[in-house]
Amino acid sequence: MKIHEYQAKSLFRGYDVPTPNGEVAFTPDEAVNAAKTLTSSKYVVKAQIHAGGRGKGGGVKVVDSIEGVREAAKQIIGMQLVTPQTGPQGRKVKSVLVEEASAIERELYLSIVLDRVTSKPVIMASTEGGMDIEEVAATQPDKIIKEWIDPLIGIQPYQARNVAYALNIPEAAVKSTVSLIMKLYQLFWDKDCALVEINPLVITQDQRVFALDAKVNFDDNALYRHPDIEKMRDLDEEDPLEVEASKYHLNYIKLDGNVGCMVNGAGLAMATMDIIKLYGAAPANFLDVGGGANAEAIENAFRILLSDKSVEAVLINIFGGILRCDLLAEGVVAAAAKLDIRLPIVIRMEGTNVERGKEILAKAPLKFMIADTMQEAAEKVAHAVKSVSVVG
Amino acid sequence: MSIWIDENTRVLVQGITGREGSFHAEQCLKYGTKVVAGVTPGKGGTTALGQVPVFNTVKEAKEATQANVSVIFVPPPFAADAILEAVDADLDMAICITEGIPVRDMLNVKNSMKGKRTRLIGPNCPGLISPDKCKIGIMPAHIHKKGPVGVVSRSGTLTYEVVYQLTQLGIGQSTCVGIGGDPVNGTNFIDCLEAFQNDPQTKAICMIGEIGGSAEEEAAAYIQEHVTKPVVCFIAGQTAPPGKRMGHAGAIISGGHGTAKEKMEALKAAGIRVCESPAVMGQTVKEAMEAASLLV
Repeated sequence: MKIHEYQAKSLFRGYDVPTPNGEVAFTPDEAVNAAKTLTSSKYVVKAQIHAGGRGKGGGVKVVDSIEGVREAAKQIIGMQLVTPQTGPQGRKVKSVLVEEASAIERELYLSIVLDRVTSKPVIMASTEGGMDIEEVAATQPDKIIKEWIDPLIGIQPYQARNVAYALNIPEAAVKSTVSLIMKLYQLFWDKDCALVEINPLVITQDQRVFALDAKVNFDDNALYRHPDIEKMRDLDEEDPLEVEASKYHLNYIKLDGNVGCMVNGAGLAMATMDIIKLYGAAPANFLDVGGGANAEAIENAFRILLSDKSVEAVLINIFGGILRCDLLAEGVVAAAAKLDIRLPIVIRMEGTNVERGKEILAKAPLKFMIADTMQEAAEKVAHAVKSVSVVG
Repeated sequence: MSIWIDENTRVLVQGITGREGSFHAEQCLKYGTKVVAGVTPGKGGTTALGQVPVFNTVKEAKEATQANVSVIFVPPPFAADAILEAVDADLDMAICITEGIPVRDMLNVKNSMKGKRTRLIGPNCPGLISPDKCKIGIMPAHIHKKGPVGVVSRSGTLTYEVVYQLTQLGIGQSTCVGIGGDPVNGTNFIDCLEAFQNDPQTKAICMIGEIGGSAEEEAAAYIQEHVTKPVVCFIAGQTAPPGKRMGHAGAIISGGHGTAKEKMEALKAAGIRVCESPAVMGQTVKEAMEAASLLV
């Protein structure tokens, strides 16, 4: 789960990780009121969306008057902000963060993530702050400082000092930097974060260190023990169909193609997308109905994948182990009738009770295209979308 | 031979009185697996499935029944504790089926297991099967056939797919291991490759990876150095977009890394046969075995 920058900064403040003074605003008036509480002559107005690269798309403005704050907020709130991470359609901005501007001397990078290779959290830091850290990692790997934390004993002060000295923090700011790193790790651990990132971490001309930006992602599997974090979820930032699917414990991800897919199991679902592509068509979605799917889940899955208007044909690929093929077939027939589906549907199923499943499909009023192998299924569905395109 | 489990394996089921635990324990029993004990705190002294004694603790269950492997069907909030209990009882192996365990819990489990003798499989995995000997997990038994191919995979139903393809071609399996789709897990590809390389029954290996992490790249390097048996790979997620978690917690392309393309290139560079299409996994294993004169 992702949260907004202003929410991440409020979490930071709860852990005494210094951030610039500022407040979130949902209207230009609120932005003005927020600015009035700040003791600053320069302000930064930042669009609050979950995607990065906001500055490049015109979502961050520096102004030097209260009226400037109002103008900036007017421009940003309600705009469709396009950044390298939003895709061409952009994201509608609902709020801005109004902050005091600071006299920055240096910009650094600091983050904590899980290192899968060592099964330990790793602190990553770099003197090249404010830049795309992935590019730094690719082009100047020696500029990335790494410190692995033993989760059983937590971060030790010497490890935070290692990072601070490697970043060439001025002596006057070392102590506060060490404290910031230790507290950031505590936040990462306490709140089950998947990522905590400060880019840039800044040192001001008067040797203060603080988080100019803040990004925090959480482990979805751990949200059950953080109701305070779960409340921060902003459904407007997520794809509506993905949100709908998550209500029924279905894993759905919208893609760009026109073949709707329904599969059980994440690996098989990815493999099904791959084979559709190999046969010249493109998947419209990833949809894993899970191992224990029942008729109701199948119906919901159908409804969700069909509400994507770009879907021109459907491929169902189920390897029935726990999920029996006859139950699946009944679910598909019922859902197809109830939802009045008119698109070509290719079904490939294998596993427990497959013969009974095929009989049920054969007797159904709707004509399903049955395939015995993944290859046959992919060929049939690719052919189906091509025919649809020609006719349509 | 087969790896890790065979007809002598004595299985205890943690969470045997739950819906999933009891259903699958019964399926394993039907297959012929020696399911000798169940553990559910508070239900000690009762009997499950009409024949399996239930204990309050793993330690008690092990002492009373000489169980040496545990399979865990405990809900996510309690699963890490269940794994640690199996480890503390010094079992040979703990197989955790549970999906959705928080990463932080698994970090604690993984790091505290160092130096312990228990092997962890999973979590978020279908389990293991050595056909005709022992099935511990949730895989459909009837698609398997005893034979020469070792299968290791991060994905459940995709494993069933390759097993089915192999069996249709008349090629059986020595052991099929699902190592799970989570970012922090116990046994990895390399552990399985090493065991398959040392197992006389296994003549060829089929490895199924997916996007995310670098386990496949590490496996490629290991295979190049240490594995002499033919290896066939498939990587799921060639069409997956970056930054999106594809069902499995571990299946995500982040920071431009963990793509299927990268993994396939690393595997090919190590001289391993890589299938472009999931439909030809079985056929490719067959060809690899024929090329090495392993099929008669």
